[in-house]
Amino acid sequence: MSNIFVIILVSIGLAFELIGCIGLIRMPNVYNRLQAATKCVTIGTCFILVGLCVFAAANSNISLVLKTIVCIIFILLTAPTAAHAIARAAHKSGIPLWKRSEVDKYEIDHEGEDPLPDDS
Amino acid sequence: MARITLFLLSFVMWLTLVWPFSLAGGEHTIDFQSIIAGVIASVATAAIFYDFTENHHKIYHLNRYLWFLVFIPVFIYECIKANFYVAYLVLHPDMPIHPGIVKVKTKLKSNSGRTILANCITLTPGTLTVDITDDGHLYIHWIDVKSKDVDHATETIVNRFENYLTKIFD
Amino acid sequence: MAIFITIIYVVLMICTFMCLFRIAMGPTSADRIVAIDILGTVIVGFCCVVILQGGRNFYMNIAISWALLSFIGSIALAKYLEGKGLDE
Repeated sequence: MSNIFVIILVSIGLAFELIGCIGLIRMPNVYNRLQAATKCVTIGTCFILVGLCVFAAANSNISLVLKTIVCIIFILLTAPTAAHAIARAAHKSGIPLWKRSEVDKYEIDHEGEDPLPDDS
Repeated sequence: MARITLFLLSFVMWLTLVWPFSLAGGEHTIDFQSIIAGVIASVATAAIFYDFTENHHKIYHLNRYLWFLVFIPVFIYECIKANFYVAYLVLHPDMPIHPGIVKVKTKLKSNSGRTILANCITLTPGTLTVDITDDGHLYIHWIDVKSKDVDHATETIVNRFENYLTKIFD
Repeated sequence: MAIFITIIYVVLMICTFMCLFRIAMGPTSADRIVAIDILGTVIVGFCCVVILQGGRNFYMNIAISWALLSFIGSIALAKYLEGKGLDE
């Protein structure tokens, strides 16, 4: 009975991971790739981990359940933060938005600023 | 008091991580040496990083944790909805996206609240936080721009989380 | 169950090769950093599947360590891309 739950949860996770990686290939620009890949792959991995949590609970392996929950919390906290850092760094290093973009308020507000201040 | 709380938190986390797995047999005992190493590491952590929260007097309010429990299902629902939306965009043959960076405003004051708000925005439909300013403006890369106005974008993106996060963190 | 495990491995290998394709072909360095970040998360999924397959529970420690180290690596690469020092 618990095996069916595990298979369903892991299959949902796998589908999301595959969609995220397809988005990594198909999307036209760095920011759109980040959007597709970060969300889908993070949630896909979380679904796989929840499936593993159910598997461990069915085998009454308490330490594995606790570690799985810790791993889910770490991933949910760190993946968006890494995405912010990469997006901000990409914008500051001068990569433009996609050519069919609607608006770029960040560029407008930071127009006068030197993107790379002199360290020396 | 904050030091003791931090010591307990890090020690419980250490015990979770060193809990022995049944590699060969079935014995579930915790090694004595691991506990000593954990106590030393937790005391060092608590001594160095004791001011880990901004307002010490509010960490023991029970209401905030109850609101946090209410917030979790809302967040999971938004998150799963977001993923189906992004999956639709990725698998659509024409890829109907209109990306752009918009500016929204948040009423949250504390740094931890703003951090959680930015993480929640990143994990929900088609939005990705790029930068934050000191006076509470967030720059958000939106994959399907519906309005370029600050107030209207705030209403669409931020408001569904801000009411809960205000009760939790402010 | 054994067939299911094989299917999971094949799908995860396809995901990994997509990430490697983006690392090899990415037009800008930011694309490569995104792909490296995603690859780290996919590998955590790999570790979970190894546990599901054979009950080798110590792989969970590897998964947690990999998640944290991949995060630190992404932050360091992003700082490098931004052109600033690591302590800023």
